Amino acid sequence: MFKYYLQLAVHSLKRYPVLTGLMVLAIAVGIGASMTTLTVMHLLSGNPMPGKSGKLFYAQVDADTDNSYPHKDPLDMLDYRSAMDLWSAHKADRQTLIIDSSVKVVAPDSQLPPLMRTMLSTTSDFFPMFDVPFQYGQAWTAEQGQRHARVAVISAALNRKLFGGANSVGRTLRIRGADVRIVGVLAQWRPSPVFYKVVGGRFGAATNGRFYGDTEDVMMPVGTGIDLNDGHFEPFTCWDLPEHAGHLTHAGCAWVGLWVQLDSPAKVTAYHEFLTHYAQQQKQLGRFTHTDVRLRDLMQWLTFNQVVPPDVKLQTSLAFAFLLICLFNTVGLLLAKFLRRSGEIGLRRALGATRASVFAQCLVEAGLVGVLGGIGGWVLTLVGLWAVRQQPVAYANLAHMDLSMFALTFLLSVLVAVLAGALPAARASRTAPALHLKTL
Amino acid sequence: MHIRHILAALRHHRIAALLITLEIAFSCAVICNALFVISTRLERMHRPTGADETHLVEVRVGHVARRSAEATLAQTHTDLAALRRISGVSHVTLVNQTLFGSSISFSSVSLSSDSNAPSTAVTQYMADVNLIDTLGLKVVAGRGFRPDDQVTDASLNDKNPPQMPVIISQALAKHLFPGQSAVGKTLYAFGPNRIVGVVKRLVQPRDFGAPGEYEYAMVFPVDTPYPQGTYLLRVRDPAQRQQVIKQALSVLKKDGPLRLVSPKYARTTEAARAKYYSADRAMAWLLAGVCVLLLGVTALGIVGLTSFWVTQRRHQIGIRRAIGATRRDILTYFQTENFLIASAGIVLGMALAYGINLLLMQRYELPRLPFYYFPVGALVLWVLGQLSVLGAALRATHVPPVVATRAA
Repeated sequence: MFKYYLQLAVHSLKRYPVLTGLMVLAIAVGIGASMTTLTVMHLLSGNPMPGKSGKLFYAQVDADTDNSYPHKDPLDMLDYRSAMDLWSAHKADRQTLIIDSSVKVVAPDSQLPPLMRTMLSTTSDFFPMFDVPFQYGQAWTAEQGQRHARVAVISAALNRKLFGGANSVGRTLRIRGADVRIVGVLAQWRPSPVFYKVVGGRFGAATNGRFYGDTEDVMMPVGTGIDLNDGHFEPFTCWDLPEHAGHLTHAGCAWVGLWVQLDSPAKVTAYHEFLTHYAQQQKQLGRFTHTDVRLRDLMQWLTFNQVVPPDVKLQTSLAFAFLLICLFNTVGLLLAKFLRRSGEIGLRRALGATRASVFAQCLVEAGLVGVLGGIGGWVLTLVGLWAVRQQPVAYANLAHMDLSMFALTFLLSVLVAVLAGALPAARASRTAPALHLKTL
Repeated sequence: MHIRHILAALRHHRIAALLITLEIAFSCAVICNALFVISTRLERMHRPTGADETHLVEVRVGHVARRSAEATLAQTHTDLAALRRISGVSHVTLVNQTLFGSSISFSSVSLSSDSNAPSTAVTQYMADVNLIDTLGLKVVAGRGFRPDDQVTDASLNDKNPPQMPVIISQALAKHLFPGQSAVGKTLYAFGPNRIVGVVKRLVQPRDFGAPGEYEYAMVFPVDTPYPQGTYLLRVRDPAQRQQVIKQALSVLKKDGPLRLVSPKYARTTEAARAKYYSADRAMAWLLAGVCVLLLGVTALGIVGLTSFWVTQRRHQIGIRRAIGATRRDILTYFQTENFLIASAGIVLGMALAYGINLLLMQRYELPRLPFYYFPVGALVLWVLGQLSVLGAALRATHVPPVVATRAA
């Protein structure tokens, strides 16, 4: 029966090519707009560490002694001393520090001019904690971190640029004039967003697309990084200015992030208590004035930082308003189409077709329009994503359609068309046979 | 007119009429708000900075090898002198942050030395005394900086830092000293700083904090070493900017130790502005595109349904023509019908537009939709409706009266 309805639908769509074209176009445009923005939303609001995000937590205490503003939340980052205290206590299953800065990098055995690159100073736990993939070599050991060994892990991109993608483990990089041995090269790795360095998102939500940029090109143990790059660190904020700009270890500045991995709810509670206890102890020592602490898991931290830019949300709601208007439009056109065929439907009814079969036939026709609209919508989505990639945003080159979005395009399209077809089909199935036979 | 007849006829097409009404209402609501968002973005993109942007170029130089603070500062002075000698350049300075640049430096400013006093975060431009002239800022009260106002960057870290004067923007002056003259007063940022001048307008390098704080800025006369700043050059003729950038790069490359001198770090302030607002521009274009598509889809809907109605009513039209209606009457009939439907849609659309605006105000900190958007939106949809119905209506006028005599 379905095959017969399909034949009827194809025949009927061919009979009024202009009207069919208008309907398909309306659905295609609506689907194209919605799927483009939905793909971007899907990309931006995704979980960068699926399966593990519930075990990763961002720890905050408030070392800021400045009382001239209300401390609604602890600062987004820690001062050096608090960070080192909390990290070296090793109270979590894994813990790692995050310090971002930029360095000038020279490869002594290449002819390339000095490059400005971002450097992550972190600890050896960083790599297993965030499942960072290696192409060559491995991370430094905790022991190497302890003694500030001159070792580094570099990104796949920097390895391509400096060494043509060859295995560069054991070769040397010159960073701020000091020689550093490469111990590991990462495979392609681009969490979206680069969650571990997300901070301060609530202060400039319009520019939060920046969280979707690239990961650092050079990674070194915290001690080594500070030894080499001291004087070039940028604080998140300072309440007590450093004696020398860029030398932050002893200053009243927040510039270090602390991530911990806690494998069970009991450990989460225990770690929260540990943080609270630490803050109270520091207050007694006179170093803190606020004892508020936070321990947000990865997704909570991303939400708190509003990682999805408001412009993207606005675009998505706009696209769905658009789809709704396209839906009204299709309802109207289908209504016109089915009613125009009242004579034919009346004849079918007179020859014994039930209301249900007329209804089904009309829905099949609407569904076919949906499939055609889906094809158009898919093409328009590809065009839309191409346009997104031309935009000056950090996530631009991530805007591609994956299989699930491809499937959703057709699903949404057929759903919209069938939904649009329901009312006109119900109307058409109520056609009285006798009345229309007369006019044939 | 036959409004009563039209309404009676529409009662036979309740669903179709309702659909068009809803479609027009939604389009109207979305278009009003989209146009409004576009206009707020355009307004934002054209905010003045107070600087004479068309005459400015900037060049940043990165240092590679570490050298003594004295040597670096001496190199900075050599660079400044060399840049000043480029033909077509009228002023040169080195500033810690540039307009639309990526970094922004702040101090909390209060009116007393007590650290618990209420304070405002204010952005600070630190540059030698030429900054005011290089940017082309207009001093509206007090004076600009004099050469003896200048302190060195290194001395700011001393146990007893030197007292330096400050020049502030008019918006900040009004905020700190409402109704009074700010000149001669003292603010507390780097110790006590005496305000010697007020400039008409100077803004933050990039938006930060509350929208009103965008216009709060202060300038300190600090002799800064080049790794901590950007060279800013004022050209006499805007047409020479690219030429000046090229010369500046070659001057800086020729002279001094191994440094990062690259065209990548040199640009005009105008280019910096364009880049800074590129997301706003993209959003405005996107919204404009959506508006056009929306109007197109709505028009398609009206065309489709009215042409169907004309076909369906061929017989009635024939009867009307046969009993004396002119072609003009038929045309007016369809146009009036469309006008009535559009009006209903517009009334509903206005309410919806207002609702959406309230939602946007809550979620995206958008201001209230100005009243004049409503009549503009209404006019656009009325015109659109009339144009879309025209084709079908004209076709209806060509239905010959003889149709009436054929079987119904």
